[in-house]
Amino acid sequence: MRAAGAGRVRMILAPVILGVVVLVLWQLAVVGFAIKPYVLPSPTAIGDQFTRAFGSIWSGTRVTGFNALIGLLLGAVFGILFAIVSALVRVFDEATLPVVTALAVVPIVALAPVLYTMFGAGAETGRQLIAALAVFIPVYVNTLRGLRQVRPVHRDLMRAYAVSSWQATRTVTLPGALPFLFTGLRIASSLAVISALIAEYFGGPVAGLGKSITSAAAYSNYALAYAFVLGSIVLGLVFYLLTLALEKIATRHSPA
Amino acid sequence: MSNAVTVSAASKIFPLARGKRVVALEAIDLTVAPGEFVSLIGPSGCGKSTLLRLIADLDQPTAGRIEVFGKSAKQARIDQDYGIAFQQAGLLPWRTVTGNIELPLELHGIGKRARRARAAELLALVGLSDFADRYPDQLSGGMQQRVAIARSLAESPELLLMDEPFGALDEMTRERMQNELVRLCAETGAAVVFVTHSIPEAVFLSDRVVVMSPRPGRILEIVPVGLGSAGNRDDGLREASGFFAAVKAVREALHGVPAEEVRADSAAGVPSGAPGAEVLYASEAPAPRGLETR
Repeated sequence: MRAAGAGRVRMILAPVILGVVVLVLWQLAVVGFAIKPYVLPSPTAIGDQFTRAFGSIWSGTRVTGFNALIGLLLGAVFGILFAIVSALVRVFDEATLPVVTALAVVPIVALAPVLYTMFGAGAETGRQLIAALAVFIPVYVNTLRGLRQVRPVHRDLMRAYAVSSWQATRTVTLPGALPFLFTGLRIASSLAVISALIAEYFGGPVAGLGKSITSAAAYSNYALAYAFVLGSIVLGLVFYLLTLALEKIATRHSPA
Repeated sequence: MSNAVTVSAASKIFPLARGKRVVALEAIDLTVAPGEFVSLIGPSGCGKSTLLRLIADLDQPTAGRIEVFGKSAKQARIDQDYGIAFQQAGLLPWRTVTGNIELPLELHGIGKRARRARAAELLALVGLSDFADRYPDQLSGGMQQRVAIARSLAESPELLLMDEPFGALDEMTRERMQNELVRLCAETGAAVVFVTHSIPEAVFLSDRVVVMSPRPGRILEIVPVGLGSAGNRDDGLREASGFFAAVKAVREALHGVPAEEVRADSAAGVPSGAPGAEVLYASEAPAPRGLETR
């Protein structure tokens, strides 16, 4: 018990210490070598901007975070639905496979300018759709894999019980696929934030974090640009950690 | 009353790629009386599991007929006339121990209270009452297998089909589980078809041992064991002379010759422990010394 506790303390402490050391070295380097802010601002300058511009960082985070969340939900719902249909209807699976494969290699943010013209430059719809598309693929692929992973012994058991295929699906297939679904969701959560953010670089409304990073950089306010980057990191971490927690809950009783 | 199981002239052929095929079972005739314990034994690939799957209607025979309690195997499956346990416990990891035992009852529409009561009864029977609310990943392999056996008994079947249920367990746990199974069978009066590749296990448990040979799977011999009614069997039996005589008979049937030098399956199954370690030490330690003197 004590050993486990010590291990946990070290697991948390070690990266914290490393982070502090890196920040101190960074600060010393910027001051010591008199590095210009447009090359690399110091951590204290970024921190200063972060507290001063906290209001706009927070509102930018809300806008980008909301786009990512809508994308995550939309992509997840469609990913799950498509996966279920693919698992049930073989023809559908065969028809969608090439499309999904093609979709997986397309850099989806590249669609941003097209979608902005489609939905109007004043709407966030394009960004949400981009996030949804990025989310769709890992959720679809993982859920489908989970639905196909019924263990032979469970299949035999369901046959021995002479249950209907719907009962078997509900009893064995769906619960067995849940851990896979949540793994897909965890992978997708980071993609949702990244896509929603990068999509802002290509135009559209100006309220989000991505747009704020580009405009701060354009006005040579580099420390502020980094402060917005810091905000995006926090946003990405929040999405990741929440979906990671969901995954942990979903997989807590499955054999590793 | 009709037999629990009647297999007549059953064969099973699995087609392979490029027109090849494997004859898994050929012309099998076998009957199992109600309440009788019959083991199927033989080397890997002799079709013993396939035969069990045919009786369970998990596979269909290529030719021949299989009846369970006078009905077709399919009808018996639909009527839930048998309980089944596999080598893997096959528990659902997201359900508690109770939830797993209740599974067949739940699927067949038994009410919640009746389910709870039956699960509690079965948990007591397999000695796991304290683990009712645990999840399978919190149990040892032996305990998981006991849950699987409790689940197979849930609907009080007249026939139990068991496919090497103790195959993955260590020898100690295995012997304890065998004792428990003998007791359970005495209490429930169910007929059992039990697949195993351990001679002592087959002899200890069975009224009759069906010895099979591979390629094609055939019945070589049916050895009547007759070590007395299930209720009288305990660990003492494992050292009785009748037990050894039956082990010898099965072994000879299995190998086709009087086999003094052939070791029983159980010898290979000795769990790794102190004695094994000693042997290793004794055989390895002198070697370096021998090299030194030379």
